[in-house]
Amino acid sequence: MRSDRDWNRPSTGARIAAFAGLAFLHLPVWVILLYAFTTEDRTYQFPPPGLTLHWFAVAFAREDIWAALRLSLAVATVATAMALVLGTLAAFALARSRFRGREAVTLLFVLPIALPGIITGIALLSAFKLGGIQPGFWTIVTGHATFCIVIVYNNVIARLRRLPQSWIEASMDLGADGAQTFRYVLLPQIATALLAGGMLAFALSFDEIIVTLFTAGHERTLPIWFFNELFRPRERPITNVVAVTVVLVTLVPILLAYRLTRPGTTEPNL
Amino acid sequence: MTAAIELRGVGRRFGSVTALEQVSLAVAPGEFFALLGPSGSGKTTCLRLIAGFDRPTQGSVLLDGEDVTATPPFERNVNTVFQDYALFPHMSVADNVAYGLKVRGVPATARRRSALEVLGLVQLEELADRRPGQLSGGQKQRVALARALINRPKVLLLDEPLGALDLRLREEMQTELKTLQHRLGITFVYVTHDQGEALSMADRIAVFREGRIEQLDAPRVLYVRPRTAFVARFVGSANVVEAHVAARLTGEARPFAIRPELIEVLVPAQPVRAGAITCEGRLEDVQYHGAASRWHVRIDAGPVLTAARPESEPAGQMPAAGDRVLLAWSPESAVPLVEGPPIP
Repeated sequence: MRSDRDWNRPSTGARIAAFAGLAFLHLPVWVILLYAFTTEDRTYQFPPPGLTLHWFAVAFAREDIWAALRLSLAVATVATAMALVLGTLAAFALARSRFRGREAVTLLFVLPIALPGIITGIALLSAFKLGGIQPGFWTIVTGHATFCIVIVYNNVIARLRRLPQSWIEASMDLGADGAQTFRYVLLPQIATALLAGGMLAFALSFDEIIVTLFTAGHERTLPIWFFNELFRPRERPITNVVAVTVVLVTLVPILLAYRLTRPGTTEPNL
Repeated sequence: MTAAIELRGVGRRFGSVTALEQVSLAVAPGEFFALLGPSGSGKTTCLRLIAGFDRPTQGSVLLDGEDVTATPPFERNVNTVFQDYALFPHMSVADNVAYGLKVRGVPATARRRSALEVLGLVQLEELADRRPGQLSGGQKQRVALARALINRPKVLLLDEPLGALDLRLREEMQTELKTLQHRLGITFVYVTHDQGEALSMADRIAVFREGRIEQLDAPRVLYVRPRTAFVARFVGSANVVEAHVAARLTGEARPFAIRPELIEVLVPAQPVRAGAITCEGRLEDVQYHGAASRWHVRIDAGPVLTAARPESEPAGQMPAAGDRVLLAWSPESAVPLVEGPPIP
């Protein structure tokens, strides 16, 4: 028996379990990637009979894909912008003030992200119907904003709570009014939180489908395009091509957000 | 002469908690005024009301004769040095110092020139382009001071500014602050819980207790003539003799304070000066404090009295713990006290 075993090292069993877990999470994505290049267009036959870039050309030429992609990007952009403004305002309102029912308001605010998307979707759909609003671009944006705001809010309020009250007081003491204090002292401090929250919100909006199904009307965002493709199994590799593109588009902001909020990089020189 | 700062019957309640009650004081221009008290006594609340970070629930605050009770902090000609320095971590030292000019729209080159000038006052010009995170505690303290001085305030408020520094640096900064105050002729309001700091720096000291001013006097008066038991204990840690004990010692049922350094410790047989007040007791222990030792004696009348003796006395003749000793002091050394807080 070795008595000098390093107890900080995980056992072989734990290592295998960890790699199995990671494989389970990531292999399906690699399958999608692989079958974006297959020459077989109907079945997932393994190994693929041949590899081709043909489907990228086909997908590139399809106007319906481009329309869906443009709509999804537009929705994500507008929903994120709304979330940045409203989420930041809400975070400022709730970070420092104390009033009756503050906890309740906080809970109500965070609820949309905990609520099943299907409930949010049905609720918004009935609300739009009651208000006589035609579903379309703006109803999708509104639906997405409900959870995008929470993402931004959570990021910003976490940062605000770490800022000492004395920074705001010092700024005011030196002659800065509220707007100047926000611009010169608070904004630089919450900038990375805003960026991270915004990117996360963008990524969430970009691939959202449940709420979108209820609020989209006749519009087709990219996830809805996918959903429809499933019922028409023609040219299956095209779906995979688009899926790979979506993975890449959402991966970039999520990785950036992760880097920006990692401890140690958020407060340089504090 | 108009007071630089005047508080008129100022009170501040937080819900059911009274942080400050009926505080009235006037600080003369150019005065070094200390607010002294234990934590939670209301001294910081008082400072925040003067700065404008907080508003009183009653009474009014006047700066230079003008009522500023409802004026926001950025419209008051008062600047603050914060206990945690509150330097902005994303700005360089020079930008921190120039902040007060920036928000007033002073152009960048003029700002920088003034910032370097004020940094010169605290001997930190060479650190102008560092970030606050790269400075030591003492350097941060100086930057905070320079930043507060750049707007040439009439009043500088300092909230325990030396609290986070080590002893040597603290003593150095005390001298420096005092010199700076003389040179600039600015009114200083200085919050501290350190009575030594207040005694050595201030022209006048307001001693706070439970939201009220217990005594407001010059340091010497405060030390020599404390009015209440609280002030006697807090400023210079005097012995306070309660009324019933005083009755047994002097025949008069009035509490009094006696400074440890004014009590003589004798062996019971030793002759006593005529007219001195004496009492016998048992020496409980001796605490060594460097320049002097503190002798704790439980007197026969009940309480423990502390006597301070210089270290120079020859060790052989010193009584040991458990020995009977005689304490003696002259009647003039005892300071009669009023019971409870004084009526303003």
